Amino acid sequence: MSKYLIKQVKVLGEDLVDIAIENGKFSEISKNIADSGFDSKNIITAGSKSAKVALPGFVDLHTHLREPGREDAETVESASRAAIKGGFTAITAMANTNPVADTAGVVEQVHHLGKQCGLVDVFPIGAVTQGLQGEKLAELFAMHQSAAKVQMFSDDGKCVHDPLLMRRALEYVRSFDGVIAQHAQDPRLTESAQMNEGKVSAKLGLTGWPAVAEEAIIARDILLAEHVNSRLHICHLSTAGGIELIRNAKARGVKVSAEVTPHHLLLTDDLAESYDPIYKVNPPLRTNDDVIALRKAVADGVIDIIATDHAPHPQEDKDCEWAAAAFGMLGLETAFSIAYLTLVKSGLMKLSQLVDVMSKNPAKIGRYPNQGLDIKVGNSANLVLVDVESEWKVDRNMLQSRSKNTPYDGRTLPAVITEVFTHGKLKLKNGEITK
Amino acid sequence: MSTQNLLSVNDLTKEQSLDLITTAKYMAAISEGPNRKLPTLRGKTVVNLFFEDSTRTRISFETAAKRLSADVINFSAKGSSASKGEGLKDTAQTLQAMGADAVIIRHSASGAAARLAASNWISASIINAGDGTHEHPTQALLDAYTIKNELAADKKDLAGIKVAIVGDILHSRVARSNVLLLHKLGAKIKLVAPPTLMPVGISDWPVEPSFSLDDAIADCDVVMMLRIQLERMNSAYFPNEREYSRNYGLTKNRINALKNNAIIMHPGPMNRGLEISAECADDVKSVIVDQVKNGVAMRMAVLYHLLGGARISESDIENMSEVSAGGR
Repeated sequence: MSKYLIKQVKVLGEDLVDIAIENGKFSEISKNIADSGFDSKNIITAGSKSAKVALPGFVDLHTHLREPGREDAETVESASRAAIKGGFTAITAMANTNPVADTAGVVEQVHHLGKQCGLVDVFPIGAVTQGLQGEKLAELFAMHQSAAKVQMFSDDGKCVHDPLLMRRALEYVRSFDGVIAQHAQDPRLTESAQMNEGKVSAKLGLTGWPAVAEEAIIARDILLAEHVNSRLHICHLSTAGGIELIRNAKARGVKVSAEVTPHHLLLTDDLAESYDPIYKVNPPLRTNDDVIALRKAVADGVIDIIATDHAPHPQEDKDCEWAAAAFGMLGLETAFSIAYLTLVKSGLMKLSQLVDVMSKNPAKIGRYPNQGLDIKVGNSANLVLVDVESEWKVDRNMLQSRSKNTPYDGRTLPAVITEVFTHGKLKLKNGEITK
Repeated sequence: MSTQNLLSVNDLTKEQSLDLITTAKYMAAISEGPNRKLPTLRGKTVVNLFFEDSTRTRISFETAAKRLSADVINFSAKGSSASKGEGLKDTAQTLQAMGADAVIIRHSASGAAARLAASNWISASIINAGDGTHEHPTQALLDAYTIKNELAADKKDLAGIKVAIVGDILHSRVARSNVLLLHKLGAKIKLVAPPTLMPVGISDWPVEPSFSLDDAIADCDVVMMLRIQLERMNSAYFPNEREYSRNYGLTKNRINALKNNAIIMHPGPMNRGLEISAECADDVKSVIVDQVKNGVAMRMAVLYHLLGGARISESDIENMSEVSAGGR
């Protein structure tokens, strides 16, 4: 295995150091490591203008890879490529594929495809209920015992609405320290819902998706998790009210964690005024007050992680009227830039804190081995180099994803990811994927 | 009009709206003359693109376009989005290839007309003939024209006229367009509905919401009843149609409380006996049939302004009358 030397980078944006990587691990970190002993092509020198920052590889707990079933929208490979461009060294494959990832066979297939691609770790999520139908539990233990070692379960895209099933799922996965990731959406309160219910939906005549439909499920599930002492994870939190429920539960010691997507930290429901379904996403874009509250909640630790909810869709599913369009937007390649813009550049967080929510905490919640670890000698070398002083312009046609449904097309964003190591292997060099 | 499309009442300034009303008045006069046809849009192709059934609106536009000598194509693409038949984009591109000058679109999805106009699928003028629960601008224009005719013919706008819009505000494109337009023209608007049918998020609308028809009706000049869609019955917006009718239906007792010169409007089609009793619909205060007639005149005015290009002037009108007379 190749040895690498990275010269003069700022770990977490602090002091300048050299980093050596050998046998998949950080082998030395010090002020000055001699070039001798390293192949010159394996020596990465600092950027021209300013020093790059070195961060632990990002971990995404919420990624739609679409394989098996919708390989026209995304594959494990294309999502892995998008992930590595976005600085991720681990992603989590959501279960709403076709067939649904509700058996050991399907999760092992996705896990295997991830290994075969080899750019990032691909951890499959298992469905909570068979076929995401919300009626019978899927074989959760079998999925955990499979080669994919599934630890996290979710019917994402659908809410586990039946309170008894939710309780049983939470209880059942306790035996192997599993976690249920809930897509909190009361189905009755959101029938035909198209966008956030409020002033904009009233004006546009689009059916409202009220905040209470999310918050009612969060509140119920917190109480259930508390009652059975199990781990609950709330997917894509989008409302200010949900934050308070989680803050309160955490203060009581409930084992609840929560994620927010980059788009809910930046975009607001008034974008729907264009009727362009590129902004149609579930949960919907909320108000500016929600955005501000979500940012603060990340900064003060109520929200544990940022997760992309990367949701590729083929062009025809967005090239239509709003009501007919699919919910979802791409996220992997822009996630760090949006997080950096909304949380660090805005002055709410330090870079080292952003690493917690994009790497350390998600790896902890997912129980992912050898991910989210500090840049320290002996640790698996999952590493991202970022030029935080540079900017880039998003071009939907230049993304690695098979789909083009990014809401940021044409926007200039801060922070350029240049190098990524996954377990000590250089997968992205000068912004180019190495294989 | 400054734009080539009419997607929302917001596309119009107050002045443009009043111009349309003036034009409509002339169009109505022509329509009542011996030769009802103007050559203005000869050679232009107008497409009625209806993704949703609406015989009334379609024939109103069709009549209007034909009276202006346009070639009219009726394209019924019902159920396309839901059943994944022909999509909006393919239909638009087909019409573009056929050289449509204007597309009048009715669609069950809010924003469908806006989407069509913003896309590069088609370059024709787009007229919104009702998009989901969003807007129906020509209905609002014909309603404003009707109100002006009946109550403010000699005034410059609708200042001070009190309008109560009653019924399913939540799902009503007629209500949304009328709120925007009647406010623009100076009217005072009350929205009357049970709380379940009042949209969340209307605090900044220029209206006074009310849950009581009896309270609202006493001092209004116009009472505009909205149709209750049958599919609302089973969605818990109200317990049953009798209870709705008792509280929010227009009955003979209620119109007795109206001012003498007040008028009763309804965009049609009516559910007689539900939101409006048969005797109210046929009462002397009812201008419901006039609305239909005014609809043709207003749609002629809209097509004239969008496709005819120039703003109408007095001399145009004289020419029009001559042409009309000449063709006799």
